[in-house]
Amino acid sequence: MNRLTEGTTRIKTQELIIEGAGCASCVGKIEIALNNINGVDSAEMNFALRTVSITGEVGADVLIKAIETIGYNARSTNDTSDDELLDEKEVADQHYYTSLMRKMWIALGLGVPLMIYSILGGPMTVETSLERGVWLFIGILCAAIMYFAGKHFYIGAWKSFVNHTANMDTLIALGTGTAWIYSMIVVFFPMALPEMARHVYFEATAMIIGLINLGLALEVKARGRTSEAIKRLIGLQVKTARVVRDQKEIDIAIDQVLLNDIVRVRPGEKIPVDGIVTQGHTSIDESMLTGEPMPVEKVENDEIVAGTLNKSGSILFKATRVGKDTALAQIINMVKRAQNSKPPIGRLADIISAYFVPVIMIISISSALIWLNFGPDPTVAFAVISATTVLIIACPCALGLATPMSVMVGVGKAAEAGVLIRNGEALQTASKITAMILDKTGTITEGAPKVTDILIADNTYTEKYILTAAASIESGSEHPLAQAIVDSAIEQDIDPENVSNFQAIAGHGVKAQFNGHQLLFGNQKLMLKNGVHLNGFVAKAQQLADEAKTPMYLAIDKKLTAIIAVSDPIKKDSVEAIKRLQASGIRVVMLTGDNGATAYAVAKKVGITEVFAEVLPEEKSNKVAELQAQGEIVGMTGDGINDAPALALANVGFAIGTGTDVAIESADITLMRGSLHGLADAIAVSKATLRNIKQNLFGAFIYNVAGVPFAAGLLYPIFGLMLNPVLAGAAMAFSSLTVVSNANRLRLFKPQEH
Amino acid sequence: MMIINLLGLVLIGLIIWWFWLYKPAKAVDTRSENITIIVNDGIYQPSRIKVEAGKKTSLQFLRKDGSPCAATVLFPEFEISEELPLNTTRVVDLPSMSPGEYLFHCPMKMYSGTLIVD
Repeated sequence: MNRLTEGTTRIKTQELIIEGAGCASCVGKIEIALNNINGVDSAEMNFALRTVSITGEVGADVLIKAIETIGYNARSTNDTSDDELLDEKEVADQHYYTSLMRKMWIALGLGVPLMIYSILGGPMTVETSLERGVWLFIGILCAAIMYFAGKHFYIGAWKSFVNHTANMDTLIALGTGTAWIYSMIVVFFPMALPEMARHVYFEATAMIIGLINLGLALEVKARGRTSEAIKRLIGLQVKTARVVRDQKEIDIAIDQVLLNDIVRVRPGEKIPVDGIVTQGHTSIDESMLTGEPMPVEKVENDEIVAGTLNKSGSILFKATRVGKDTALAQIINMVKRAQNSKPPIGRLADIISAYFVPVIMIISISSALIWLNFGPDPTVAFAVISATTVLIIACPCALGLATPMSVMVGVGKAAEAGVLIRNGEALQTASKITAMILDKTGTITEGAPKVTDILIADNTYTEKYILTAAASIESGSEHPLAQAIVDSAIEQDIDPENVSNFQAIAGHGVKAQFNGHQLLFGNQKLMLKNGVHLNGFVAKAQQLADEAKTPMYLAIDKKLTAIIAVSDPIKKDSVEAIKRLQASGIRVVMLTGDNGATAYAVAKKVGITEVFAEVLPEEKSNKVAELQAQGEIVGMTGDGINDAPALALANVGFAIGTGTDVAIESADITLMRGSLHGLADAIAVSKATLRNIKQNLFGAFIYNVAGVPFAAGLLYPIFGLMLNPVLAGAAMAFSSLTVVSNANRLRLFKPQEH
Repeated sequence: MMIINLLGLVLIGLIIWWFWLYKPAKAVDTRSENITIIVNDGIYQPSRIKVEAGKKTSLQFLRKDGSPCAATVLFPEFEISEELPLNTTRVVDLPSMSPGEYLFHCPMKMYSGTLIVD
């Protein structure tokens, strides 16, 4: 199923939110009002959601006006453009950042002086009544800070507690809460505690709240950078388009461009929507989408896509895909979705996350109990410190962030190189590929074969007649080699004629009646099957095949007439790219329907030693299965047309696109440019991303596995070391920042082209 | 000391029960109630939502929390990931689903909810 086209077309279906519709009877009124508008096919209201969905080619503003006329308010739901959404998100992030920083300053304002006081040896104990008074004042000040700078932790903790869940807020709230409550007990009832235990920890509470707010703030900033790639893609969408309406060129907003509108694009402007050139010619830079640096020439009837840059000429084109249907919008959608999907490697972290916080709470209580039972004096103070520190140091966020952050950056990075990764699973599997099957035609080669030789075997016929016969019989065939012959005839001003009794024999060739003669055109098998004598021409055919050409035999009335050789030139960078694949330890295998000799000749030129030749289209997937049975993790690369089953069966299917045709949906990974470098890039990016995820997960695990026992005081019996809760707070605050920063390192990743 | 130890153990027992053993029964049914899922303070409210099986539905989200984690809601089974703008209602369209329980959550799973399809 084509997942990309599932979404509703902006023009066909849209949704409005209705405000002020309080009764069920409003439904009928609103539906009638909308259905009465010219162009509305249907309008249906969902009363429960207060939304109405409208099908038809009518702009949202018209619909809203109609609803307002009958006394309700309406607004559009999902039509905020990606651009607006992004702006809003940036504003919201900035706002959030500022508020976190403000909270940090409030908390550190008290925390830092107290901390310095304690480091300089100031007594943090409560002995005299003056000390009690001062600490009481500080305790109240600390409570105020907890309210103003840490309210969000406590509210979040409480709400999730009521909901039977626990998260980072729970840990922070419990940790800082414990420290504060204990300190207040010291202030109010010092006598209840042994003298050595009359120590206050207000500085810890304030410092931890401050540091965690700082950590969150820096994380917001760092996260913003992870979505750079998608921002760049969204930035390719232009805001206005110049359309021809009533013979006048007018500038309108991009979301008002309708299908079949004629759009004007001048040199230096970006293409606003997808379409077909109707007038003029130009060259277009598609590198932003495909990664292909060379501009592409466009003439009438050529397709152009939104977001690409018109370089030289002024053109008119007809809009064929607008709004959410443009290739660019679909690419953005696909990248966004992939960025939020999770590779299997992240699942373990997910499972751990689900149990993490309650387990930490249990460890914290157990640790306190152990100190109380077996610890040295003052046991209560040690118990409180260890319990607090365990709660504070544990960081579920680092674990939770490890995978998604790297996927976000990695998928975006791939998109920049013209590689669209379907989801996290494809990303992970691509990094583990051990064998890669490359389809020959269109993947290693250009896929646009040309006639190179005509060897005449029977001099009764002229070369022109032979080409006419070949082109006539092949004009009914869909084979790419057939197209080469027809094109070659047309170039020589030969018009293909009609043939009768046309018959295509899979894996052999074609058969038909032409001018009263019986024509056979195909490979050696076809000739032998029909009893055509090939005499010395087998060797000549072999020679052509050795030059990576595909020889085809033409027999007229079962007598060999000629050999026509067609060759499909190898893409200029295939050799380099295949070398890159092999250098990364991948077994590269070529797959083709062509005869063995041609196939081996091509393989030799590009440096491939393993070849599956003469494979019928339906057998391609068997070859994938064959390699899989050998224990290989198989990648399959094809143009996606007759390769679909093989692409689907492979562990990772790569569709090699021509330009921006993202409809190639049987693939896990789509390469938007024709070069095989895209393939090597895709694998390099996925390897780098997986390495990054592993570093993150490892770091997050080690951090927690080492930090928690240390916080609990495991090192105390041996080294007399006890972790300070403030240090635990700092470690926790920066652990998730480290994960995000490490993921950001991926942004610097550059695939090695040469 | 005995009492404190006992108290500690009881507390551990309570944590296990409250967070793992307790199964919430209450779920809000979209067929009978008009709901907007509020995304705020670390939770989806309501977080257990019943919808009809075999029918396309949509859920309305309203995010009030500025934290970046809350900004995306994922329905992994259906490959849906939708961005939730701050303080603006957002409708998330769901395909027709077969009966069962499906999770929806933010990318880091700090926010989590259950979709009950019956």
